[in-house]
Amino acid sequence: MTHPPSVLVSLKDVSKSYDDKTVLAALDLDIYDGEFVTLLGPSGCGKTTILRLIAGFERPNHGQIILAGEEITQQAAHLRHVNTVFQSYALFPHMSVFDNVAFGLRMEKVAEPEVKERAIQALEMVQLANLAHRRPHQLSGGQQQRVAIARAAVKRPRLLLLDEPLSALDYKLRKQMQNELKRLQRQLGITFIFVTHDQEEALSMSDRVIVMREGHIEQIGTPRQVYENPKTLFVARFVGETNLFDAVIQTKNNHHWTLTLAQQNVCIKARTHLAHLAEGQKVKVLLRPEDMRLYAPADRQALADQPCLSGKVIERNYKGMTLDTVIALEQGGQILVSEFFDEEDPDFDYRLGESVLVSWVANWEVILVDEQVSPSVAVSAVEEV
Amino acid sequence: MLHFFQRPRSPFKTGVLVLIWGWMLTFVLLPNVMIIFTSVMTRGDSHFIEWQLTLDNYIRVFDPLYLQVFISSLWMAVITTLICLIIGYPFAFAISRFPAHVKPFLMLLVIIPFWTNSLVRTYALKVLLATKGLLNQSLLSLGLIDTPLRMLYTEGAVILGLVYVLLPFMILPLYAVFDQLNYNYIEAAQDLGASKIKTFWHLVIPLTMPGIIAGSLLVLLPAMGMFYIADLLGGAKHLLIGNLIKNQFLDARDWPFGATASIFLTSAMAILLYAYWRSIKLMKQQVNV
Ligand SMILES: Nc1ncnc2c1ncn2[C@@H]1O[C@H](COP(=O)(O)OP(=O)(O)OP(=O)(O)O)[C@@H](O)[C@H]1O
Ligand SMILES: [Mg+2]
Repeated sequence: MTHPPSVLVSLKDVSKSYDDKTVLAALDLDIYDGEFVTLLGPSGCGKTTILRLIAGFERPNHGQIILAGEEITQQAAHLRHVNTVFQSYALFPHMSVFDNVAFGLRMEKVAEPEVKERAIQALEMVQLANLAHRRPHQLSGGQQQRVAIARAAVKRPRLLLLDEPLSALDYKLRKQMQNELKRLQRQLGITFIFVTHDQEEALSMSDRVIVMREGHIEQIGTPRQVYENPKTLFVARFVGETNLFDAVIQTKNNHHWTLTLAQQNVCIKARTHLAHLAEGQKVKVLLRPEDMRLYAPADRQALADQPCLSGKVIERNYKGMTLDTVIALEQGGQILVSEFFDEEDPDFDYRLGESVLVSWVANWEVILVDEQVSPSVAVSAVEEV
Repeated sequence: MLHFFQRPRSPFKTGVLVLIWGWMLTFVLLPNVMIIFTSVMTRGDSHFIEWQLTLDNYIRVFDPLYLQVFISSLWMAVITTLICLIIGYPFAFAISRFPAHVKPFLMLLVIIPFWTNSLVRTYALKVLLATKGLLNQSLLSLGLIDTPLRMLYTEGAVILGLVYVLLPFMILPLYAVFDQLNYNYIEAAQDLGASKIKTFWHLVIPLTMPGIIAGSLLVLLPAMGMFYIADLLGGAKHLLIGNLIKNQFLDARDWPFGATASIFLTSAMAILLYAYWRSIKLMKQQVNV
């Protein structure tokens, strides 16, 4: 268990462009055997393109793709031990659900009794065994999606590529399928590359999350790393809700920094990875809504040396587990505070318009270098000097 | 149907409906009724028909002499259809894979021959195939053959003529299905381990079946009726059903029998069209678009 995981797929310096438009630029990526990796990113950032390159439907303009130690860059799609759950399902319309699922096994020349057994098993996994005789067009979108999963998974490939496989399912079924997929992955030891728009899904299911932006990788890390320590503003914004503050580093020593934030001085622990930042440097301070705390104005004394902002409640949204409160700050701007619902707490219920104090768990701030200007613009600005 | 007539309608709508129904009654229903009527009459010497009911014509159709023509005509039509399919299928596929802005131009090339009357084009073929025709002349002068080949007035010449005239009718419906073909299915098949040949067999053929059937009907049915092609390229020996009908009306002056033969051809077409309609309905259940 403890030996280092071996690499199953790697993309080495892979570029892909359509006509003159670069879709992926010099991408390097290793995916480990047995891992559940999620590609997360805005529409059009190249997620599907990565899957298509690995599946063999596209050839990279440059670079290599290696699967299980073997270069497959130019190998035909039907020879690769990779299966795909397509974003558009692509179920064969002239075949029954059963024949769709059996197709891949029949192509492998698996004996017919075994085909039958495995196909039915796969359909049971997605709870559709009772609809095996139907045609795809007689199924709902969610059912079609599940057939697509069964059809790919029944082959027990080394690597399963899933392009938004749960997007058409309702919340409950989605949760169920998430569990099924995780179970499948653990049981069969299949490596998953999963594409989703749903960041909650990405965070809860994955071993690692790859956040992409315009054809390059912005950050790779465990869900916790990506959520709690986003490397860039883009990642911070894309993964989870954020409260962002403009701040300036006032003083710094090896242990503590002082920042001005919303016209207040805030003392935080020194960030060693940002030691290169100078005093006077502008930064962004990122705070997650669930790290924020609300207090009544009377509590100011108790909060003596904690950072503390004041404002008025302008919106409250009950979210089941949590209560989201939007505060308009005295210094300008709005922030979102998300607290666990606690009926016991008498202080919990703030009314609209009520003045409150906002604080946060010390040292949970994420400090990011101000990159309001996009990198390319920043470069040209430097060149002008 | 009833509620359709009960709804209040504008004069324009009424006018259009009257025109359509009038047209259909005068030019479709009436001639067909007349043909059916003629087919059960007796041949007359002074007039074309004599007012005497008989089913003789229907019995005569099964005379081996005529049955022979039916069978050989059907045979040539089937061969013609197969050849058109073999040429047209890859052709239509190739066109559909061209970039979107080239496709209309290529389809235009397929359609251009329609601009010349097919009779004229058949004469051109005749000139090409004749004993002292272009093809023989060139082969002779190239030294590939010593004596001219007999190409004209053979079954092959008739089939060539039919293929030449009817090929576009095969390509058009096939192109339509290939153009609609969702490439995702083909990728999915390859993803599941199907080689090119298996993908073709299990996906491409079933998914393009409506076009195959439509094209085959559009070729098969006219191929039994195009008498002038058999006249020009087949001489007197290789008759189509169309020749039989034409001969009865124009040469033998046996209108009742000509009408019966024509009813036979029409029924054959009707049966095939019904089969097509049924299979399309079956397909529709299978292929959701
Ligand atoms: N065949 C193609 N021809 C031209 N451009 C393409 C082609 N396929 C994809 N693209 C472009 O490549 C970029 C990346 O596409 P891709 O499908 O990988 O995005 P995605 O991240 O999967 O998006 P989504 O989340 O919407 O599915 C897009 O800008 C798209 O327009
Ligand atoms: Mg996509």
